[in-house]
Amino acid sequence: QVGILDVDLCGPSVPRMFGAQDSDVHQCDSGWVPVFVDQEKSISLMSIGFLLEKPDDAVVWRGPKKNALIKQFVADVAWGDLDFLIVDTPPGTSDEHISTVEALRPHKPLGAILVTTPQAVSVGDVRRELTFCKKTGLRVLGIVENMSGFVCPHCSECTNIFSKGGGEELAKHAGVPFLGCVPLDPQLSQSLEEGRDFIQEFPKSSAFPALTRIAQQILDGTSQPSS
Amino acid sequence: DCPGTSSAQAGRAAACQGCPNQRICAGGAAAPDPAEAAELRERLRSVKHTVLVLSGKGGVGKSTFSALLAQGLAADEAKQVALLDIDICGPSIPKMMGLEGEQVHQSGSGWSPVYVEENLGVMSVGFLLSSPDDAVIWRGPKKNGLIKQFLRDVDWGDIDYLIVDTPPGTSDEHLSIVQYLSAAHIDGAVIITTPQEVSLQDVRKEINFCHKVKLPVIGVVENMSGFVCPKCKNESQIFPPTTGGAEKMCQNLNVSLLGKVPLDPQIGKSCDKGQSFLSEAPESPATSSYRNIIQRIQEYCDQRHFQEEKTI
Repeated sequence: QVGILDVDLCGPSVPRMFGAQDSDVHQCDSGWVPVFVDQEKSISLMSIGFLLEKPDDAVVWRGPKKNALIKQFVADVAWGDLDFLIVDTPPGTSDEHISTVEALRPHKPLGAILVTTPQAVSVGDVRRELTFCKKTGLRVLGIVENMSGFVCPHCSECTNIFSKGGGEELAKHAGVPFLGCVPLDPQLSQSLEEGRDFIQEFPKSSAFPALTRIAQQILDGTSQPSS
Repeated sequence: DCPGTSSAQAGRAAACQGCPNQRICAGGAAAPDPAEAAELRERLRSVKHTVLVLSGKGGVGKSTFSALLAQGLAADEAKQVALLDIDICGPSIPKMMGLEGEQVHQSGSGWSPVYVEENLGVMSVGFLLSSPDDAVIWRGPKKNGLIKQFLRDVDWGDIDYLIVDTPPGTSDEHLSIVQYLSAAHIDGAVIITTPQEVSLQDVRKEINFCHKVKLPVIGVVENMSGFVCPKCKNESQIFPPTTGGAEKMCQNLNVSLLGKVPLDPQIGKSCDKGQSFLSEAPESPATSSYRNIIQRIQEYCDQRHFQEEKTI
């Protein structure tokens, strides 16, 4: 059972990535009911995307209002029994991040995965994100180097469009696990646009091995007895 | 008796005294008071044109574009250009401009921008941080305070173009910059996107935001628009425009598509080195796209200036 909490209030993309952009959130006695995206009801979502009247409506809120909603998302959603709650955040180290960590603290989060592209400019920001984790007591589960190389489907030449290696170097420098490189994969982009299940439907695609390896590392990390 | 957290009286009403949230409500304060507004207007009097660079989504190439826009405009040595980076949590501009490690100096007339060229000055919170690992873990009100300082205390001098690079979204930084700059004048906003629907979805919100705060939209730039393999020259759509890309969205919303820029590995390399991609790769198709877009922005600004002069 996996829940996804989308705290990117200005740019909520998670609903669309699951094809759930037209779903509504309902209330029950124990709170808001998250949106289930599959028949087996194994994945549930909560996002401000479900609360907007129109999908183009801008959420033009200052910090305090964002903080209040995030607290509600953590406290008032009837998630039920979950094996994993994944929280997707916007870029930065500001209101959303501070509030999310505060609201989740009583629930003892496992930690954070930091995503970067290989470029120095992106790594430069993730270094600051690492400091945020240290300062807020959030364990770093590892770093993912995304958009790491593109293999041309016509001739198989690999081009490092956004450079290469920055994420791995950062992990080494910071002494945190390196979870892997995920290549640019047009099928992955397409799949997310169409709200399809990439892992089920595109097992031969170039990003599949990396993504499943990363998921496996997280699972392996959690199968150990907790301290 | 709480006036409500989004009310104009939030934090200021009699009932707010003693409330634990009072500082939070009052801190999100809106427009600058008349004295502050006058101060900002005076400071920004010497700025001819201001362009905000926005995006709904992160990672679409907004800072890259802001840097190139500033560099492109400053190629004309007769023009004085300023680049203000208000992405307080993720200040990438210093690195992209080759100014990492530089510090800000104070003088009698205020903070000095850091100059890349004689006619291109830059300001960013990055210059105020002593280590590349320093994190700015601030809530909205503190960010707003720094943005106001950037506008009030930086001695920009006479500028032809002030380019403002923003973080992604529609929140404190965006509301604040629009409010503080309302004391002066903003020509408009350029919005950056990739061809993906998940990015366009957020651009529509950004356009919505611009309408709400009466900020003209100069147009949209579609980044990462196709990739030509350097070996076999075949094109791939790495970020497929599944819903028609920026072109269709611009048609539907009646905004200008300023241009489409293809992916080019040299762009990232130049940014990482702090060099101008336009100078390093003059033959790249991406360079001609960027140059065309920059020209269109210049034309837009010149036209508005002309129109305003006519009405005086």
